[in-house]
Amino acid sequence: MSAALDRRALELLPAGPRLVSHDAAVFALREKRDAAGRSEPDFERLRDYAREAKAHALDHLDGNLERFEARATAAGAVVHWAEDAPALNRIVHELLDARGARSVVKSKSMLTEECGLNPYLESRGIEVVDTDLGERIVQLGHEPPSHIIMPAIHRTREDIGALFARELDVPAGETDPARLTEAARRHLRGHFLGADAAITGVNFAVAESGTIVVVTNEGNADLGMSLPPLHIACLGIEKVIPRVADLAVFLRLLARSATGQPISVYTSLVTGPRPGAELHVVLVDNGRTRLLADEQHRRALGCIRCGACLNTCPVYRRAGGYAYGYAIPGPIGAVLAPALGGTDERRGLPLASTLCGSCSAVCPVKIDLHEQLIAWRATDVPRGRRERVLARIAAAVFERPALYRIAGRAARWVWPAVSRRWPGNPASPWLAARALPAHPGASFRERWRACVRGADR
Amino acid sequence: MLERLGCTVSFDPRQTCCGQPFVTTGARAEAVRLARAHASVFAGAAAVVCPSASCVATVRRRYADLLGADQAEALAARTFELGEFIVLRLGTSDVGAVFPHRVALLESCHGLRELGLGRPSEQLGSVVDEVGITERLLRGVTGLELRSVSRRDECCGFGGAFSVGFPELSARIGRDKLRALAESGASFVTGTDASCLLHLDALRAREGFGPRAIHLAEILASRGGA
Repeated sequence: MSAALDRRALELLPAGPRLVSHDAAVFALREKRDAAGRSEPDFERLRDYAREAKAHALDHLDGNLERFEARATAAGAVVHWAEDAPALNRIVHELLDARGARSVVKSKSMLTEECGLNPYLESRGIEVVDTDLGERIVQLGHEPPSHIIMPAIHRTREDIGALFARELDVPAGETDPARLTEAARRHLRGHFLGADAAITGVNFAVAESGTIVVVTNEGNADLGMSLPPLHIACLGIEKVIPRVADLAVFLRLLARSATGQPISVYTSLVTGPRPGAELHVVLVDNGRTRLLADEQHRRALGCIRCGACLNTCPVYRRAGGYAYGYAIPGPIGAVLAPALGGTDERRGLPLASTLCGSCSAVCPVKIDLHEQLIAWRATDVPRGRRERVLARIAAAVFERPALYRIAGRAARWVWPAVSRRWPGNPASPWLAARALPAHPGASFRERWRACVRGADR
Repeated sequence: MLERLGCTVSFDPRQTCCGQPFVTTGARAEAVRLARAHASVFAGAAAVVCPSASCVATVRRRYADLLGADQAEALAARTFELGEFIVLRLGTSDVGAVFPHRVALLESCHGLRELGLGRPSEQLGSVVDEVGITERLLRGVTGLELRSVSRRDECCGFGGAFSVGFPELSARIGRDKLRALAESGASFVTGTDASCLLHLDALRAREGFGPRAIHLAEILASRGGA
């Protein structure tokens, strides 16, 4: 598995200017987060509070969900429960189909990416238009998002200019961000006005009031919720928090951690449908209950999808989102994938980390991401026969100091051969990019013995 | 150096490996056995001093899971990274070293974020900026000029088994680090972990640029030659 991600990084984000600009663009988000956090004197205390509030919300998730359903229903929304991805897709399709809806405007939702909703609806003849600018860019390019909040971060403006020249009304060679955005806006406005339904994700759901909270910077979700007669909101069950008061803490952390903004441009609280329209809320499990029952990993469900752990991750920035082969890349993706990803390859994603711990250090709800990666490695990451045998041999050597000494001496003896490149050399992965320096000639314990003997004389 | 500072130093040749590579590759059964062996070798020592921050972090942060909280805490309380031991236990940041060179500090991740040897750049809020433990020691070295490095605490990309399983990504991260270190104008890069330093030195050997790696202990023990 690990080799696959490394290889895909080489293919999908080859070394060169594209890699340099990807790393720089993503790290710039991390720096904006730092600056925004520094301007908020309570930032670290907010993180502590958010962590506790999420832990409490998850500990009482059953009651919170029931209360949310009751209050949302009382406010006029219809609440649906989807056990897994196929259930979500079926429920959404049935809602659209029953109303003859053929054209849908959609705003950002990592949950629907996780569940493959777009292809499901498209294969049934429904036109789904993603309305977040970045989402629309990757949709026009027939790609999935490569980042959870910056879906097209792997694209340069030259790429986008060429794409828009092909797909939209833009002259060839246009690379001005303002003009490209204007073209996307004109294009999307027509879709908004003609849509039969809107699908949105949900950032938070408040149990005490039955409110869903949708956060965007472009107002696209808000326009979608305001125009067509049907709004379908899809959310993972972990998004429900008990009190509207806690929302203030999460919103302050979310925007700062994600893009370094003090607050997102649009934060809409929706309680029930607008007059004459329908609001359907689909609560999705898709593996979350299983994760909730897992004492070691349940805290990962506290994730508010800000993307800060991706932005700071040295591996994500050099690999690009696609190399992960999972809808949610980066550290949080690697933590969720073994539980929610479903495939053996995704269960291996916890290996894709240097364990530097920067992800845990930026997480606004203080999920111990790198600790969770270590824990998954011991329990769920598939280990091949070769790995198991090597570990056993290495441990057998380390458990026997005399053997360890001999092995060390032997290693220095074969060092010149190991330092050269030849097929089958166990040092091959290292030698592709490195040259082994000369060994020091004597081990520490040999020098120590000589030193002690010298002192005795 | 430790003897100069008044310590009685002993080295038990039964010690081998704390088990870190087994913890990080999911070989839990082997990790438990090595942790037990490690704990029994160092059972009698007043202080265990280790010139590798990530090994100390393994004892302090992972042993509870391998040995149980009681035994792990007792050992962790006596286990120190070398620089940490000098500054926090011996109470000095001047060991009388002389090293007249331009030096960049590689803030190895486990030392930085798990042992608190420095102040991680992620940590915000109104905490007063204080100089980290390793940096304090370097500032106490006569003649040493400490250079600042861009993205000072970004990982070097080594990651133990990661550098073997993900060789291209490890090298990409490492080359960027090497570039940042070279741009700092330093002739040497130092740190608390021989493994990170070996990775960077091996990249330097291939790339042909960048500062030479030297362990913190070598600088602290230096009397002027290099």
